Amino acid sequence: MTTTRRDLLGTALTVAGVAVTPKLIHASDHHDHGEHDHQDVPSDPALRVKALESLLVAKGLVDRAALDALIDVYEHQVGPRNGARVVARAWVDPAFKARLLEHGTAAVGEFGYSGNQGADIRVVENTPTVHNVVVCTLCSCYPWPVLGLPPVWYKSAPYRARAVIDPRGVLREMGTEVPPDVEVRVWDSTAEQRYLVLPERPQRTEHWSEEKLADLVTRDSMIGVAKATVPGTQT
Amino acid sequence: MNGIHDMGGMQDMGAIQREKTEPVFHAVWEGRIYAMSNAVQGTGKLKLGLRPPMENIPPLDYLRISYYEKFYVSITERLVASDLLTREELQRGTPDPGSKKSDLALSPSAAVAAMMKNPPTRRDLPVAARFQVGEIVRARNINPATHTRLPRYVRGKSGEIVRDHGVFVFSDTSVYGQGEKPQHIYSVRFAARELWGQQAAPQDSVYLDLFDDYLETV
Repeated sequence: MTTTRRDLLGTALTVAGVAVTPKLIHASDHHDHGEHDHQDVPSDPALRVKALESLLVAKGLVDRAALDALIDVYEHQVGPRNGARVVARAWVDPAFKARLLEHGTAAVGEFGYSGNQGADIRVVENTPTVHNVVVCTLCSCYPWPVLGLPPVWYKSAPYRARAVIDPRGVLREMGTEVPPDVEVRVWDSTAEQRYLVLPERPQRTEHWSEEKLADLVTRDSMIGVAKATVPGTQT
Repeated sequence: MNGIHDMGGMQDMGAIQREKTEPVFHAVWEGRIYAMSNAVQGTGKLKLGLRPPMENIPPLDYLRISYYEKFYVSITERLVASDLLTREELQRGTPDPGSKKSDLALSPSAAVAAMMKNPPTRRDLPVAARFQVGEIVRARNINPATHTRLPRYVRGKSGEIVRDHGVFVFSDTSVYGQGEKPQHIYSVRFAARELWGQQAAPQDSVYLDLFDDYLETV
Protein backbone atom coordinates (compact mmCIF):
# COMPACT_ATOMS: atom_id res chain seq x y z
CA MET A 1 0.00 0.00 0.00
CA THR A 2 2.97 2.26 0.34
CA THR A 3 4.03 1.27 -3.13
CA THR A 4 5.38 4.22 -5.01
CA ARG A 5 4.55 4.82 -8.60
CA ARG A 6 8.09 3.97 -9.51
CA ASP A 7 7.86 0.55 -7.83
CA LEU A 8 4.57 -0.05 -9.52
CA LEU A 9 5.92 0.77 -12.92
CA GLY A 10 8.74 -1.68 -12.39
CA THR A 11 6.40 -4.45 -11.33
CA ALA A 12 3.84 -3.65 -13.91
CA LEU A 13 6.14 -3.81 -16.81
CA THR A 14 8.66 -6.46 -15.87
CA VAL A 15 8.17 -9.96 -14.62
CA ALA A 16 10.17 -13.13 -14.60
CA GLY A 17 13.09 -11.23 -15.97
CA VAL A 18 11.05 -10.07 -18.92
CA ALA A 19 11.63 -6.46 -19.79
CA VAL A 20 8.35 -5.40 -21.21
CA THR A 21 9.21 -1.91 -22.28
CA PRO A 22 12.96 -2.06 -22.52
CA LYS A 23 13.15 1.45 -23.90
CA LEU A 24 11.30 2.90 -20.97
CA ILE A 25 12.69 0.92 -18.08
CA HIS A 26 16.05 -0.35 -19.14
CA ALA A 27 17.40 2.06 -21.69
CA SER A 28 19.43 3.90 -19.09
CA ASP A 29 20.55 0.63 -17.46
CA HIS A 30 21.84 -0.38 -20.81
CA HIS A 31 24.06 2.66 -21.06
CA ASP A 32 25.21 2.50 -17.49
CA HIS A 33 25.88 -1.21 -17.33
CA GLY A 34 26.60 -2.54 -20.79
CA GLU A 35 26.13 -6.10 -19.51
CA HIS A 36 22.43 -5.65 -18.84
CA ASP A 37 20.89 -8.10 -21.19
CA HIS A 38 17.17 -8.05 -21.88
CA GLN A 39 17.03 -7.62 -25.59
CA ASP A 40 16.30 -11.24 -26.46
CA VAL A 41 13.39 -11.53 -24.10
CA PRO A 42 10.00 -11.15 -25.76
CA SER A 43 7.80 -8.45 -24.38
CA ASP A 44 4.26 -9.38 -25.17
CA PRO A 45 1.60 -9.77 -22.51
CA ALA A 46 0.91 -13.37 -23.48
CA LEU A 47 4.32 -14.38 -22.17
CA ARG A 48 4.08 -12.30 -19.01
CA VAL A 49 0.70 -13.82 -18.22
CA LYS A 50 1.95 -17.31 -18.93
CA ALA A 51 4.90 -16.74 -16.61
CA LEU A 52 2.61 -15.43 -13.89
CA GLU A 53 0.26 -18.40 -14.24
CA SER A 54 3.16 -20.85 -13.87
CA LEU A 55 4.40 -18.96 -10.84
CA LEU A 56 1.01 -18.86 -9.10
CA VAL A 57 0.46 -22.56 -9.80
CA ALA A 58 3.92 -23.37 -8.39
CA LYS A 59 3.10 -21.32 -5.29
CA GLY A 60 -0.21 -23.14 -4.79
CA LEU A 61 -2.29 -19.98 -5.26
CA VAL A 62 -4.08 -21.00 -8.45
CA ASP A 63 -5.38 -24.24 -9.97
CA ARG A 64 -5.20 -24.27 -13.78
CA ALA A 65 -8.47 -26.22 -14.01
CA ALA A 66 -10.19 -23.46 -12.02
CA LEU A 67 -9.04 -20.90 -14.60
CA ASP A 68 -10.47 -23.09 -17.38
CA ALA A 69 -13.79 -23.28 -15.50
CA LEU A 70 -13.98 -19.51 -15.00
CA ILE A 71 -13.18 -18.83 -18.67
CA ASP A 72 -15.94 -21.23 -19.66
CA VAL A 73 -18.39 -19.16 -17.61
CA TYR A 74 -17.36 -15.90 -19.33
CA GLU A 75 -17.33 -17.41 -22.81
CA HIS A 76 -20.35 -19.70 -22.70
CA GLN A 77 -22.60 -19.12 -19.69
CA VAL A 78 -23.04 -15.37 -19.45
CA GLY A 79 -23.64 -12.85 -22.19
CA PRO A 80 -26.19 -10.43 -23.62
CA ARG A 81 -28.54 -13.31 -24.43
CA ASN A 82 -29.32 -13.41 -20.69
CA GLY A 83 -30.32 -9.76 -20.65
CA ALA A 84 -32.33 -10.18 -23.86
CA ARG A 85 -34.46 -12.86 -22.19
CA VAL A 86 -35.11 -10.57 -19.24
CA VAL A 87 -36.12 -7.68 -21.53
CA ALA A 88 -38.41 -9.85 -23.67
CA ARG A 89 -40.16 -11.14 -20.54
CA ALA A 90 -40.68 -7.56 -19.36
CA TRP A 91 -42.22 -6.68 -22.75
CA VAL A 92 -44.84 -9.43 -22.54
CA ASP A 93 -45.47 -9.66 -18.79
CA PRO A 94 -46.48 -6.39 -17.07
CA ALA A 95 -46.25 -7.90 -13.57
CA PHE A 96 -42.68 -9.03 -14.23
CA LYS A 97 -41.83 -5.64 -15.66
CA ALA A 98 -43.09 -3.94 -12.51
CA ARG A 99 -40.94 -6.25 -10.34
CA LEU A 100 -37.96 -5.70 -12.62
CA LEU A 101 -38.13 -1.91 -12.37
CA GLU A 102 -38.68 -1.95 -8.61
CA HIS A 103 -36.28 -4.72 -7.56
CA GLY A 104 -33.96 -5.43 -10.47
CA THR A 105 -31.70 -7.86 -8.64
CA ALA A 106 -34.53 -10.08 -7.43
CA ALA A 107 -36.38 -10.06 -10.76
CA VAL A 108 -33.24 -10.95 -12.69
CA GLY A 109 -32.66 -13.66 -10.08
CA GLU A 110 -35.90 -15.31 -11.25
CA PHE A 111 -33.88 -16.36 -14.31
CA GLY A 112 -31.04 -17.62 -12.13
CA TYR A 113 -28.75 -14.74 -13.10
CA SER A 114 -26.78 -13.30 -10.21
CA GLY A 115 -23.36 -12.81 -8.79
CA ASN A 116 -20.16 -10.84 -8.90
CA GLN A 117 -20.52 -7.34 -10.26
CA GLY A 118 -24.23 -7.84 -10.75
CA ALA A 119 -24.81 -8.09 -7.01
CA ASP A 120 -27.15 -5.10 -7.21
CA ILE A 121 -28.81 -4.64 -10.59
CA ARG A 122 -31.00 -1.64 -11.31
CA VAL A 123 -33.15 -1.58 -14.45
CA VAL A 124 -34.12 1.75 -16.03
CA GLU A 125 -36.84 2.03 -18.66
CA ASN A 126 -36.72 3.84 -21.99
CA THR A 127 -40.02 5.45 -22.99
CA PRO A 128 -41.15 7.80 -25.78
CA THR A 129 -40.03 10.70 -23.54
CA VAL A 130 -36.96 9.32 -21.69
CA HIS A 131 -33.77 7.77 -23.08
CA ASN A 132 -31.34 6.13 -20.62
CA VAL A 133 -27.66 5.41 -21.26
CA VAL A 134 -25.12 3.73 -18.97
CA VAL A 135 -21.42 4.45 -18.45
CA CYS A 136 -18.76 3.95 -15.80
CA THR A 137 -16.47 6.98 -15.93
CA LEU A 138 -14.07 5.73 -13.22
CA CYS A 139 -13.48 2.19 -14.47
CA SER A 140 -15.71 -0.27 -16.31
CA CYS A 141 -18.57 -1.36 -14.01
CA TYR A 142 -21.05 -3.42 -16.01
CA PRO A 143 -23.97 -5.77 -15.15
CA TRP A 144 -22.17 -8.91 -16.23
CA PRO A 145 -24.67 -11.59 -15.12
CA VAL A 146 -27.08 -10.17 -17.69
CA LEU A 147 -24.70 -8.77 -20.34
CA GLY A 148 -21.49 -10.79 -20.01
CA LEU A 149 -18.15 -9.00 -20.11
CA PRO A 150 -18.15 -5.42 -21.45
CA PRO A 151 -17.07 -4.64 -25.02
CA VAL A 152 -13.81 -2.79 -25.56
CA TRP A 153 -15.51 0.48 -26.52
CA TYR A 154 -17.42 0.59 -23.21
CA LYS A 155 -14.10 0.42 -21.33
CA SER A 156 -12.38 2.89 -23.66
CA ALA A 157 -11.33 6.42 -22.75
CA PRO A 158 -13.44 8.20 -25.42
CA TYR A 159 -16.71 6.64 -24.21
CA ARG A 160 -15.97 7.00 -20.49
CA ALA A 161 -14.92 10.62 -20.96
CA ARG A 162 -17.67 11.97 -23.18
CA ALA A 163 -20.79 9.99 -22.24
CA VAL A 164 -21.49 12.28 -19.28
CA ILE A 165 -20.69 15.65 -20.87
CA ASP A 166 -22.08 15.03 -24.37
CA PRO A 167 -24.42 12.03 -24.30
CA ARG A 168 -26.37 13.20 -27.34
CA GLY A 169 -23.16 13.58 -29.34
CA VAL A 170 -21.95 10.14 -28.24
CA LEU A 171 -25.27 8.56 -29.15
CA ARG A 172 -25.25 10.28 -32.54
CA GLU A 173 -21.71 9.07 -33.16
CA MET A 174 -22.92 5.55 -32.36
CA GLY A 175 -25.90 5.83 -34.69
CA THR A 176 -28.75 6.90 -32.42
CA GLU A 177 -30.31 10.34 -32.75
CA VAL A 178 -32.30 11.37 -29.66
CA PRO A 179 -34.97 13.98 -30.51
CA PRO A 180 -34.61 17.33 -28.68
CA ASP A 181 -37.87 16.84 -26.77
CA VAL A 182 -36.73 13.53 -25.29
CA GLU A 183 -34.97 13.64 -21.91
CA VAL A 184 -31.57 11.94 -21.73
CA ARG A 185 -30.60 10.31 -18.44
CA VAL A 186 -27.00 9.21 -18.08
CA TRP A 187 -26.28 6.63 -15.36
CA ASP A 188 -22.66 6.81 -14.21
CA SER A 189 -22.33 3.58 -12.23
CA THR A 190 -19.92 4.80 -9.60
CA ALA A 191 -20.68 2.54 -6.63
CA GLU A 192 -22.15 -0.91 -6.12
CA GLN A 193 -25.15 -0.52 -8.46
CA ARG A 194 -25.04 -1.95 -11.98
CA TYR A 195 -27.44 -0.63 -14.60
CA LEU A 196 -29.40 -2.33 -17.37
CA VAL A 197 -31.55 -0.35 -19.81
CA LEU A 198 -34.98 -1.72 -20.66
CA PRO A 199 -35.30 -0.60 -24.29
CA GLU A 200 -38.62 0.29 -25.89
CA ARG A 201 -40.46 -2.59 -27.55
CA PRO A 202 -40.44 -2.07 -31.31
CA GLN A 203 -43.77 -1.41 -32.99
CA ARG A 204 -45.59 -4.08 -35.00
CA THR A 205 -44.44 -6.89 -32.70
CA GLU A 206 -47.77 -7.24 -30.86
CA HIS A 207 -48.23 -10.95 -31.51
CA TRP A 208 -44.61 -12.00 -31.27
CA SER A 209 -43.52 -14.72 -28.88
CA GLU A 210 -41.18 -13.90 -26.01
CA GLU A 211 -38.46 -15.99 -27.66
CA LYS A 212 -38.77 -14.19 -30.98
CA LEU A 213 -38.80 -10.81 -29.24
CA ALA A 214 -35.53 -11.64 -27.46
CA ASP A 215 -33.84 -11.74 -30.87
CA LEU A 216 -34.54 -8.01 -31.24
CA VAL A 217 -32.76 -7.12 -28.00
CA THR A 218 -29.13 -6.23 -28.70
CA ARG A 219 -26.40 -5.70 -26.14
CA ASP A 220 -26.07 -2.08 -27.22
CA SER A 221 -29.79 -1.48 -26.68
CA MET A 222 -29.39 -2.66 -23.07
CA ILE A 223 -26.47 -0.26 -22.51
CA GLY A 224 -28.61 2.48 -24.03
CA VAL A 225 -26.44 3.43 -27.01
CA ALA A 226 -28.92 1.92 -29.48
CA LYS A 227 -32.58 1.02 -29.76
CA ALA A 228 -33.91 -2.52 -30.00
CA THR A 229 -33.80 -3.89 -33.53
CA VAL A 230 -36.81 -2.94 -35.66
CA PRO A 231 -38.28 -6.06 -37.33
CA GLY A 232 -37.18 -6.41 -40.92
CA THR A 233 -33.98 -4.43 -40.44
CA GLN A 234 -31.78 -7.21 -39.03
CA THR A 235 -28.50 -7.58 -40.81
CA MET B 1 -7.21 10.31 -6.43
CA ASN B 2 -7.35 12.95 -9.12
CA GLY B 3 -5.91 10.52 -11.66
CA ILE B 4 -6.24 9.80 -15.35
CA HIS B 5 -8.85 7.11 -14.57
CA ASP B 6 -11.28 9.85 -13.49
CA MET B 7 -12.22 10.67 -17.09
CA GLY B 8 -15.77 11.93 -16.90
CA GLY B 9 -16.09 15.21 -18.80
CA MET B 10 -12.87 15.05 -20.81
CA GLN B 11 -13.29 15.78 -24.52
CA ASP B 12 -10.00 15.00 -26.20
CA MET B 13 -9.90 11.20 -26.21
CA GLY B 14 -10.81 10.73 -29.87
CA ALA B 15 -13.54 8.79 -31.62
CA ILE B 16 -15.29 5.78 -30.11
CA GLN B 17 -13.97 2.67 -31.89
CA ARG B 18 -16.46 -0.17 -32.21
CA GLU B 19 -15.93 -3.67 -33.52
CA LYS B 20 -18.78 -5.17 -35.48
CA THR B 21 -18.55 -8.62 -33.92
CA GLU B 22 -16.39 -8.69 -30.85
CA PRO B 23 -15.13 -11.90 -29.20
CA VAL B 24 -15.36 -12.23 -25.42
CA PHE B 25 -11.55 -12.30 -25.32
CA HIS B 26 -9.27 -11.16 -28.14
CA ALA B 27 -6.44 -13.46 -27.06
CA VAL B 28 -6.08 -16.46 -24.80
CA TRP B 29 -3.99 -14.52 -22.27
CA GLU B 30 -6.84 -12.05 -21.68
CA GLY B 31 -9.07 -14.82 -20.38
CA ARG B 32 -6.22 -16.32 -18.34
CA ILE B 33 -5.36 -13.10 -16.51
CA TYR B 34 -8.99 -12.22 -15.87
CA ALA B 35 -9.64 -15.71 -14.52
CA MET B 36 -6.48 -15.53 -12.36
CA SER B 37 -7.69 -12.26 -10.90
CA ASN B 38 -11.08 -13.75 -10.00
CA ALA B 39 -9.62 -17.07 -8.77
CA VAL B 40 -7.20 -15.35 -6.40
CA GLN B 41 -9.83 -12.85 -5.27
CA GLY B 42 -12.07 -15.82 -4.48
CA THR B 43 -9.64 -16.99 -1.79
CA GLY B 44 -10.68 -13.97 0.27
CA LYS B 45 -7.05 -13.39 1.26
CA LEU B 46 -6.32 -10.21 -0.70
CA LYS B 47 -5.80 -7.14 1.44
CA LEU B 48 -6.02 -4.59 -1.36
CA GLY B 49 -8.94 -3.86 -3.70
CA LEU B 50 -8.94 -4.37 -7.47
CA ARG B 51 -9.04 -0.73 -8.47
CA PRO B 52 -6.38 1.15 -6.46
CA PRO B 53 -3.44 -0.49 -8.27
CA MET B 54 -5.05 0.26 -11.63
CA GLU B 55 -5.57 3.87 -10.61
CA ASN B 56 -1.90 4.10 -9.61
CA ILE B 57 -0.67 3.19 -13.07
CA PRO B 58 1.20 6.26 -14.38
CA PRO B 59 -1.04 8.18 -16.79
CA LEU B 60 0.96 7.56 -19.96
CA ASP B 61 0.91 3.82 -19.31
CA TYR B 62 -2.73 3.86 -18.22
CA LEU B 63 -3.74 5.27 -21.59
CA ARG B 64 -1.41 3.01 -23.57
CA ILE B 65 -1.98 -0.43 -22.06
CA SER B 66 -5.10 -2.51 -22.58
CA TYR B 67 -7.86 -3.33 -20.12
CA TYR B 68 -6.53 -6.79 -19.40
CA GLU B 69 -2.96 -5.57 -18.97
CA LYS B 70 -4.37 -3.44 -16.15
CA PHE B 71 -5.65 -6.66 -14.58
CA TYR B 72 -2.10 -8.00 -14.72
CA VAL B 73 -0.83 -4.94 -12.86
CA SER B 74 -3.65 -5.13 -10.34
CA ILE B 75 -3.40 -8.81 -9.43
CA THR B 76 0.39 -8.74 -9.06
CA GLU B 77 0.26 -5.63 -6.85
CA ARG B 78 -2.55 -7.12 -4.75
CA LEU B 79 -0.64 -10.36 -4.24
CA VAL B 80 2.49 -8.46 -3.16
CA ALA B 81 0.49 -6.17 -0.86
CA SER B 82 -1.13 -9.25 0.69
CA ASP B 83 2.22 -10.98 1.37
CA LEU B 84 1.32 -13.83 -0.95
CA LEU B 85 4.03 -13.05 -3.52
CA THR B 86 7.36 -11.24 -3.43
CA ARG B 87 8.77 -8.91 -6.05
CA GLU B 88 11.78 -11.20 -6.33
CA GLU B 89 9.50 -14.10 -7.24
CA LEU B 90 7.82 -11.95 -9.87
CA GLN B 91 11.15 -10.96 -11.36
CA ARG B 92 12.48 -14.50 -11.37
CA GLY B 93 9.29 -16.38 -12.23
CA THR B 94 9.79 -19.09 -9.61
CA PRO B 95 8.92 -19.34 -5.90
CA ASP B 96 11.51 -18.14 -3.41
CA PRO B 97 13.84 -21.01 -2.50
CA GLY B 98 12.63 -22.70 0.65
CA SER B 99 9.22 -20.99 0.61
CA LYS B 100 6.26 -23.11 1.63
CA LYS B 101 3.66 -23.97 -1.01
CA SER B 102 0.28 -22.44 -0.26
CA ASP B 103 -2.94 -24.47 -0.08
CA LEU B 104 -5.13 -21.50 -0.99
CA ALA B 105 -5.80 -22.47 -4.64
CA LEU B 106 -9.54 -22.91 -5.17
CA SER B 107 -10.93 -25.95 -7.00
CA PRO B 108 -12.85 -25.27 -10.24
CA SER B 109 -16.25 -25.49 -8.54
CA ALA B 110 -15.14 -23.36 -5.57
CA ALA B 111 -13.64 -20.72 -7.88
CA VAL B 112 -16.85 -20.44 -9.92
CA ALA B 113 -19.01 -20.37 -6.79
CA ALA B 114 -16.84 -17.64 -5.24
CA MET B 115 -17.08 -15.51 -8.37
CA MET B 116 -20.83 -15.93 -8.56
CA LYS B 117 -21.34 -14.67 -5.05
CA ASN B 118 -18.46 -12.17 -4.93
CA PRO B 119 -18.35 -10.90 -1.33
CA PRO B 120 -21.47 -8.78 -1.08
CA THR B 121 -20.82 -5.21 -0.05
CA ARG B 122 -24.38 -4.58 1.15
CA ARG B 123 -24.74 -4.56 4.94
CA ASP B 124 -27.96 -5.20 6.80
CA LEU B 125 -27.14 -2.71 9.55
CA PRO B 126 -29.28 -0.02 11.19
CA VAL B 127 -27.13 2.88 10.02
CA ALA B 128 -29.04 6.17 9.99
CA ALA B 129 -29.45 7.92 6.65
CA ARG B 130 -28.27 11.54 6.80
CA PHE B 131 -30.36 12.48 3.77
CA GLN B 132 -33.87 11.81 2.53
CA VAL B 133 -35.31 11.21 -0.92
CA GLY B 134 -36.29 14.56 -2.44
CA GLU B 135 -33.61 16.50 -0.56
CA ILE B 136 -31.19 18.75 -2.45
CA VAL B 137 -27.59 18.00 -1.54
CA ARG B 138 -24.15 19.07 -2.64
CA ALA B 139 -21.27 16.74 -3.50
CA ARG B 140 -18.40 17.76 -1.22
CA ASN B 141 -15.31 19.35 -2.66
CA ILE B 142 -12.82 16.76 -1.41
CA ASN B 143 -9.65 15.63 -3.14
CA PRO B 144 -8.37 12.45 -1.49
CA ALA B 145 -5.10 11.18 -2.95
CA THR B 146 -6.42 7.63 -2.48
CA HIS B 147 -9.25 5.57 -4.03
CA THR B 148 -12.61 7.30 -4.18
CA ARG B 149 -15.84 6.88 -6.12
CA LEU B 150 -16.66 10.57 -6.14
CA PRO B 151 -15.70 11.73 -9.62
CA ARG B 152 -14.17 15.17 -9.98
CA TYR B 153 -16.89 16.40 -12.30
CA VAL B 154 -19.60 16.42 -9.61
CA ARG B 155 -17.60 17.89 -6.72
CA GLY B 156 -19.15 21.11 -5.52
CA LYS B 157 -22.28 20.52 -7.63
CA SER B 158 -25.82 20.22 -6.29
CA GLY B 159 -28.31 17.51 -7.06
CA GLU B 160 -31.45 15.80 -5.78
CA ILE B 161 -31.57 12.52 -3.87
CA VAL B 162 -33.90 10.30 -5.89
CA ARG B 163 -33.37 6.93 -4.19
CA ASP B 164 -31.76 5.45 -1.09
CA HIS B 165 -30.03 2.21 -2.10
CA GLY B 166 -29.41 1.12 1.50
CA VAL B 167 -26.25 0.52 3.50
CA PHE B 168 -22.96 -0.57 1.90
CA VAL B 169 -19.33 -0.95 2.80
CA PHE B 170 -17.46 2.32 2.17
CA SER B 171 -15.05 1.51 -0.64
CA ASP B 172 -12.70 4.44 0.08
CA THR B 173 -11.53 2.67 3.26
CA SER B 174 -12.44 -0.97 2.66
CA VAL B 175 -10.25 -1.36 -0.45
CA TYR B 176 -7.23 -0.71 1.76
CA GLY B 177 -8.42 -2.98 4.59
CA GLN B 178 -9.01 0.12 6.71
CA GLY B 179 -12.49 -0.73 7.91
CA GLU B 180 -15.95 -1.08 6.41
CA LYS B 181 -17.43 2.21 7.62
CA PRO B 182 -20.91 1.06 6.45
CA GLN B 183 -23.12 3.89 5.20
CA HIS B 184 -25.96 4.70 2.83
CA ILE B 185 -25.53 5.04 -0.91
CA TYR B 186 -27.97 7.36 -2.65
CA SER B 187 -28.86 7.80 -6.28
CA VAL B 188 -28.35 11.53 -6.88
CA ARG B 189 -29.68 13.32 -9.95
CA PHE B 190 -27.60 16.22 -11.26
CA ALA B 191 -29.08 18.45 -13.95
CA ALA B 192 -26.80 18.41 -16.99
CA ARG B 193 -26.70 22.22 -16.88
CA GLU B 194 -25.57 22.18 -13.24
CA LEU B 195 -22.59 20.09 -14.36
CA TRP B 196 -21.81 21.53 -17.78
CA GLY B 197 -23.54 24.89 -18.06
CA GLN B 198 -25.74 26.21 -20.80
CA GLN B 199 -24.29 24.03 -23.55
CA ALA B 200 -26.14 21.04 -22.07
CA ALA B 201 -29.76 20.28 -22.96
CA PRO B 202 -32.08 21.75 -20.30
CA GLN B 203 -33.98 18.52 -19.62
CA ASP B 204 -30.98 16.15 -19.48
CA SER B 205 -29.38 14.81 -16.31
CA VAL B 206 -26.64 12.56 -14.95
CA TYR B 207 -27.30 10.13 -12.09
CA LEU B 208 -24.55 9.00 -9.73
CA ASP B 209 -24.57 6.63 -6.78
CA LEU B 210 -22.85 8.47 -3.95
CA PHE B 211 -21.91 7.49 -0.42
CA ASP B 212 -23.22 9.46 2.54
CA ASP B 213 -19.68 10.74 3.27
CA TYR B 214 -19.54 12.37 -0.17
CA LEU B 215 -22.52 14.64 0.46
CA GLU B 216 -23.39 17.75 2.45
CA THR B 217 -26.50 19.82 2.98
CA VAL B 218 -26.90 22.82 0.73
